[in-house]
This record gives sequence, structure tokens and C-alpha cells, in this order.
Amino acid sequence: MTGYIIRRLIALFFVMVAVSALVFVLMNAVPGGPFSLGERGYTADALANLERKYGLDKPLATRYVNFLTGALQLDFGNSFAVAGNPPVTQVILQTWPVTLQVGIYTITVSFGLGLLMGIIAAYRRNSWIDNLVTLTATLGITLPNFIIATFLLLIFGFQNGWGDPRKWIIPPLWEGGPALLSWDYFLPVITYALAPLALVARYTRSSVADALGADYVRTARAKGLSDSAIMMRHVLRNAMIPMITVLLPQIPNLLTGSLFIEVVYGIPGLGKYFVTSIFNRDYPMIMGLVLLVAFFWGLTYLVTDILYTLIDPRVRIAGRGSN
Amino acid sequence: MTSSTATTPSSKPAPASLRQNVEQRSPWVDAMRRFRRNRLAMFGLFILLILFFLALTADFITPYRYDQVFLTKRANTLPFVDPAHVLGLDSSSRDYLSRLIYGARTSMLVGLAVPLISFLIGVPLGSFSGYRGGWVDFIIQRIVDVATAIPPLLFALFLLSVLGSGVPNVIFVLSITGWIESTRLTRAQFLTFREKEFVTAARALGAKPLQIVSRHILPNAISPLLVSFTFAVPLAIFAEAGLSFLGIGITEPTASWGKMVGSGIGNSIRVYYHLALFPTIMVALTMLSFSFVGDGLQEALDPNRSQ
Repeated sequence: MTGYIIRRLIALFFVMVAVSALVFVLMNAVPGGPFSLGERGYTADALANLERKYGLDKPLATRYVNFLTGALQLDFGNSFAVAGNPPVTQVILQTWPVTLQVGIYTITVSFGLGLLMGIIAAYRRNSWIDNLVTLTATLGITLPNFIIATFLLLIFGFQNGWGDPRKWIIPPLWEGGPALLSWDYFLPVITYALAPLALVARYTRSSVADALGADYVRTARAKGLSDSAIMMRHVLRNAMIPMITVLLPQIPNLLTGSLFIEVVYGIPGLGKYFVTSIFNRDYPMIMGLVLLVAFFWGLTYLVTDILYTLIDPRVRIAGRGSN
Repeated sequence: MTSSTATTPSSKPAPASLRQNVEQRSPWVDAMRRFRRNRLAMFGLFILLILFFLALTADFITPYRYDQVFLTKRANTLPFVDPAHVLGLDSSSRDYLSRLIYGARTSMLVGLAVPLISFLIGVPLGSFSGYRGGWVDFIIQRIVDVATAIPPLLFALFLLSVLGSGVPNVIFVLSITGWIESTRLTRAQFLTFREKEFVTAARALGAKPLQIVSRHILPNAISPLLVSFTFAVPLAIFAEAGLSFLGIGITEPTASWGKMVGSGIGNSIRVYYHLALFPTIMVALTMLSFSFVGDGLQEALDPNRSQ
């Protein structure tokens, strides 16, 4: 097992190097750099000076090697576009908490509420509550989250002042922003939670329904166990296994934030910074953020595979993934 | 065999229900029948047909061109006020109804082109990888590994910023990230069928690899691929709308629902709600219809798998 994990981590490392090389080359392959964009109106001399300052005048290979040696020490260089040229790691460390906060609330709401809805729907099959869960699940899975966000904004956002974009945009970067618990989180979290909530509710419903029809539950009932004991000890425990498939792939998404939700609600998190750094051709920021997200995804695949082998010994370690 | 054919015809015509059982039906006819019984899927199909019709005939049925500016009218005119512009005007004084209809064309174009190109890359690549195995498979799988590690939306956003916006570039960029899923699916299908008896038999009869792949394996893999295609269409539409929403997808003056939503969410949303509302409804309707059709197809083609 340890050997397997080490091998996977080494593979992940090489994938990250490949990703960084690909993005680095693409980024630099196009004409025009971060300072020749739009109507900045730099003279040729000023442009040359700026490029020298940020090391853009060196050949591509040298720059990539420099980047890689820096990146190995978790130093992704300084941002070109953010005011004051702070190091990328610093910007990430200061914006990520905002994204993380929204992400953690979203995980709590979606998994908590989804589990509850799924269980209720399974116990009361074909009732109105079951239909409501199915409807929410369909909407949550099919509708893009910026569409949901727009609907929610049209319905309540601007009337109640919840999730007013202006409130989030104005505080510069990380200072200010909403408190730990505030109504400002309401709309973003609801929007963000709907899709994972739908998935969780759907899976829970079908696995709880399967478990309720299983022989071991009938035996437990015949033994005279109370309904709640049956649910806790027999139904839920078995119903949780397929949840890992649904649950884990959602985590990196939720923790690194959604571009759309952060843009719609003006949340100053990683996603919003990614969009602005792309518009500004802020090379070091783009590299840092892409690698961060790629690393999270890779790690999640690894954890999923390991958990699978732990839970279900029938899954061989050699066969990577199931699809 | 010969004796059984003689017994079927009888002097009296059998009742309709019985005759139906005698009829020979291909699996496709069966699937069609199952699909037609699915009310949600038929509803989705109906909406999609309307959308396709709108997309094809936009030039003839819209009251105005999508880029016609009404200089004399006030921008952001509310809907249902001006009888000449039923859904009002947008912030550049263009007729909103016309732009919504033209938006269907953009969505359908991207929605069909992207999966088509992705499958044209992914199916041959997956077939090759799955059929040949060995080092070919190893190399293709490592490429897939790297490609999977890159978050698709971020990558598309990044590529568009590098290449510039516009319909062809959006299609190109989304296809570049879209081939992975079809490659993986095709390869998985090939791995299942490669060692099946009918393939061994074909090989023993001297069929060439290309024949085995195109005549024996691909036809068996067609229904999961078809279902995956139907689900890829709304994903592409979503991606286009999302990129345009962020302001980096489709360029002006081409109409795109995503872009219309994006520019509709501004400070004026409270008053000029129509700028966000109508395109939102269109995207939602399209996505729902495609997923209903996709679910219906999946159930129709693979009745054993769906619960």
C-alpha cells in the first residue's frame, strides 16, 4: 500500500511538471505579453525595461527552468497585475480563505441537507416530498450554476440586499469582506450547494431504498430493533459506501471555488482572481492557480482510489480507477 | 428453421396483440418504442426541435436582424411596452426577441460542433488505444492523464485569452478539452469487446484489424457512445454560455445567451430584469430538454442499466 501511494505521488509529480510545461509554453507562445495589452501606451524603452524587470527578456527555456526551481520551493514569482506586485503565494494565501469559507459552508449544506432529503425521500417514496427531491435533483444537476445564480438574484437578491455584489467587490482583496456568518453567504452557498446536494440526495435515496428492501434489514426488523437503530446501524452504513464516489470528486471543486459564482456574487476568492489574472495575462498568477487546482484534483483522485481499496477489498490496487 | 416458417401463417388473422409478438423487431425499433413512451423525453425532444427550427430559420422569422440598432429608441426599453419590440430592447437598443432567437443558432452550432469534433478525435484515439494495447495504449493513456489533470474550464478560459474570442475559437477550445471523455469511453468499450468470442472468430476468419474495429467492435459500442454524445451537447452549450458569460466567449455583435445573461447582471437588474430573465430561461430550457432526451435515450438503449 505504501509503495503504491509513493508510486502514485511520483506520477502526480510528473503530471504536474507536464501540465506546468504545457501551460508555460502556450502562455508564452503567443505574440504580445502582459505589458503590451490594450492601450497601456508604454514606449518601446519602457516596455523593454518592464520586461527586463520581470525577466521576460530571457529565453523561454531559461525562464521555465527558473520557474520550475522556484515552484519546487513553492515560490511562483511575483504577480504582474495585482497592485504592489505581491508574491503569488501571498495572494493565494490571502484570497483562498474566502473561497474556502464559501466552499466549506457549501460542503456542509449540500452533504447535510442532501443526506437528509435523500433519506426522507427513500422512506416516503412517491410522496410529494419525494417528488420535490427528484425535481430539485433534476434542476440542480442540469442547470448551470450561473443560471441558478441569476434566477436567485432576480428573485430575492436585490430586494433583500443578500449577496449584493457591491458589498463584496469594494473591500480590497482580503481585508474586510463579510463576517464568519452573515446573510451574504446565503445566496452563494445555496447556488453552489444545489448541484452536489442534488447528487447526494439522488444517490442517498437510491441506496437507502435498496438497503430498506434488503434481507439484513428485514432480519433486523424481525429481531425487534427500533426503526432508528435499524437506520443508524444497518441502512445508513451500507448506503454510505457509494457516497464516496459522489462525495470526493466534488471536494476539490468546492474548495477551489467556482469562477461563475465568485464572478456573479463578486466574491474576492481564487476563482475571481483567476479570471482577472487571465484577462491581465498575469503569467505567474495563472501558473500558480492552474497548478494549485491541478494538484488538488490529482490528490483527490489518489485519495478516492485509496479509500476504495480500504472500503471494498475487492477492488484491486493495480487497476487504477473503475471507468 | 424451414419447418418453423411454415407454421406461422394461419387461416384466421391473429389478434393485434399476438401479431405484435410475431413481428421481428430490431433492437433499434425496440429502443424507439421505449423512447416514445417516455413523456419527459418526448417533451424534451419537442422543445429541441423547436430550438433547432429557430436556429435554422432565424434569418426569416426574426422581426429584425440581430445587430440592427434602433438609434431613435431608448436603450433598455422594458418588454411588453413597445408593440414593435415585444421583449424590449437591450442596452445597445437592439431588439431582444430577435437576439434571443439568434442566440439559439449560436448555442446549437457550438453544442453540436464541439461534441462532433471531440468524438472525431476521441473515438479513433480510444479505438486505437484500446485495440492495440501495449506501448501505444501506455502513451495515449499518459497523455490522457496529463490532460485530465488540467481543469477544463480554466484551460478553455486561458486558451481563449491567448487565441482571442469568437465562435470558431470557442468551438476549437472546447473540443480540445472535450476529447478526453470520448477517448476514455471508447477505450473502455474496446477493452470489453476485444477479447469477446465474436472478435476472436472474426480474427480467425482473417478479418483485418480495421475491419474488426469498424464492423465488429464499433457497432457494439455505438449506444453508450450515442448516449455520451447526447450528454456532451448540453455540456458544450453550458461551456459556451459560461465563457461568454464571463465575457471571453462569443464576441459582439453575435448573439449568445450566456453573454446576454452576463451583461444582464449589472446594477440595473432590478429595473431591467428582462436582460437577465429571458436568456436565463432559454439556457435553462435547453439544458433541461437535452438532459431529458439524454436520460430517455439511456433508458431506451440500455434498459437493464437504468433502475
